Amino acid sequence: MKRYMAIQLTLFLLFAITGAFAQDWIRTGTGLGVEKIRLAAPDFKQVTTDSGTQNLAMTFNTTLSNDLQSAGIFDMVSRSFYPLSVPGAPQEVHLSDWGSPPPSANMLAFGNLGVQAGSLNVQGWLYDTKNPQSPQVLGKQYREAATDENARLVAHRFADEIIFRLGGGIHGIAETKLYFVSSRSGTKEIWQMDYDGANQKQLTHLGDIALSPHVSPDGSRVAFSGVTKDGWQILMYSLELGRLVNFTRFGGDNYSPAWSSDGQNIAFSSSRSGNTEIYTVSSSGGNAHRLTENKGPDVSPTWNPKTNAQIAWVSGRTGLPQIYTMASDGTNVGRATDQGYAVSPSWSPNGQFLAFAWVRHYGPGAPGASDIYVMDIASKQWVQLTHDGGRNDFPSWSPDGRHIVFQSNRTGKVQIWSMLADGSETRQLTTAGENSQPNWSFK
Amino acid sequence: MKLTRSQWFKVVVALAVVLAVSACGKKKAAPPPPPPPPSAPAPTASLTANPNALNAGQATTLIWKTDYATSVTIDQLGKVDPSGSSTVTPTESTTYHLLAKNDSGTQEATARVTVMPAPAPPPAVTSDETQAQMFAQNMKDVFFDYDSYDVTQQYQQVLAADARFLKQHPNMKFTVEGHCDERGSTEYNLALGDNRANSTKQALVSLGISGDRIRTISYGKEKPFCTESTEACWAQNRRAHFVYQR
Repeated sequence: MKRYMAIQLTLFLLFAITGAFAQDWIRTGTGLGVEKIRLAAPDFKQVTTDSGTQNLAMTFNTTLSNDLQSAGIFDMVSRSFYPLSVPGAPQEVHLSDWGSPPPSANMLAFGNLGVQAGSLNVQGWLYDTKNPQSPQVLGKQYREAATDENARLVAHRFADEIIFRLGGGIHGIAETKLYFVSSRSGTKEIWQMDYDGANQKQLTHLGDIALSPHVSPDGSRVAFSGVTKDGWQILMYSLELGRLVNFTRFGGDNYSPAWSSDGQNIAFSSSRSGNTEIYTVSSSGGNAHRLTENKGPDVSPTWNPKTNAQIAWVSGRTGLPQIYTMASDGTNVGRATDQGYAVSPSWSPNGQFLAFAWVRHYGPGAPGASDIYVMDIASKQWVQLTHDGGRNDFPSWSPDGRHIVFQSNRTGKVQIWSMLADGSETRQLTTAGENSQPNWSFK
Repeated sequence: MKLTRSQWFKVVVALAVVLAVSACGKKKAAPPPPPPPPSAPAPTASLTANPNALNAGQATTLIWKTDYATSVTIDQLGKVDPSGSSTVTPTESTTYHLLAKNDSGTQEATARVTVMPAPAPPPAVTSDETQAQMFAQNMKDVFFDYDSYDVTQQYQQVLAADARFLKQHPNMKFTVEGHCDERGSTEYNLALGDNRANSTKQALVSLGISGDRIRTISYGKEKPFCTESTEACWAQNRRAHFVYQR
């Protein structure tokens, strides 16, 4: 079955299905039909001039610029259009220079930074160029110890403020984290990094195999699957304590944990009955329920984070794996995909969409690639997001629903990439070793 | 009487002449060599052991047959009849060597008897290591079709042989590892590997092996036996692998 369609991703992430296209290889656009806000963000002015300040300023400016560019809701003004004098404070701003051509910016983000007595001071403003009477939308001041990491942190915070104000009240993701599997230490371990690939850091040291990290909604724990003397078990890493903490062990193999968005329950796959089935268990490890019962493999559950009343998962009950949905008590089973090899569902934060990996034309003579797709659950209409070859798998939604992180071997090795939820703005986030199964934090 | 120097010389020369003449004379007088005996065909020989593989303590029958031989020996048995049989109980793997001789030649024949280490009623005698070796030698893996966890007819027979071995060694416990090829997704392959391990376990249970002896684990595509991206290699990786449990 082939569907021709386009998906429009509005600012509020409401998809609207609009008629037919002659091909299913299309680029959908964030904010199609809604003009993107044209934003100018000149480098912050340095008020102290030592080399330490210069380095921090470079980190700050690069990070802020990256955050705004990758937010997906701005049309960033090219630097070549900037007026010659760049403001560092409100009294230096000439709004008409920014609001008229060539920059034609709707919004101007500017500020200054300096280092005094070992602390980094940053002042930032957001001005509306079309409102000269009362232009200030945002004014922020930050003071942190003068480290590179803090320069990044402050840039992320200021970016998130801007995105929150201009992005329809949806919180930005610049301070979010990604959890993933990396083999760069020699064995597959759980790692953490910032949403933009910075600050990559090893969490576990099991020395065997660790897979499928999923961070809790409050960001305090990472559930993952690891090989133990009792086979595969759901293991729990405390980000607060910096070590593994106890979690209930079950018979058989247990893997692919997924948190409900209220943090109350974990769904996972277990073979304790002799068949792999989907179970739920409370986040403290008690009150286990089996949701599925059939002969084929059942794995990779994901909760509808809007309601926590539904679970999507992968089942091989009819042969090749397909995506199914059910109520979180196991009733009301429905099938989402109808062909090929469909795995690794991730439910969008607004509850409307499933992202998943799909080899759509599967079978002899059809060496289809595994690509990332997004399906509108109500209509079962889908759109293909990746077209760049390789095996793409394990999509995970950002908390703002505007981005998807995934793994791809398009460059030869399996690495982690991010993109806007329309497939544009792809960025490679990892390069060392092989990296897979990314999971985006809830906040 | 004391001999003079010239007298010594004459004696020596005379002795030498006598010796030389007698040697020459003897050679001339030798009769023609006797005609060779009527030539017999070279011997033939065969040696077999039945059975040629057994456990320590079991007996096997050596059967040999020779023609034209005047002398037949088997290294381990000494001189034997030209044709015959003998029951032997080797304690370790042995190559029996038969030598058949007659005047016109020799002929060898060998038979190899493989002796497995004894099953371990006295565990002190057989170490865990040899148990594991024996397990590894006897328990044949099960291979699967793509994306399938059904044990095919072919591997039902393999499992039947595995089950016979397991019945002979009722104390052995083991793990069935489920493995998948590199295609497909990490988590789905873990589940598929679990189904392969469990369908293999169920097949053994239905052949009379107690489920208490069998643990299962899936390694999905995490621990491949073969790492090339070819169908031959993938087929190697779609398996249920038996591992002796110490």
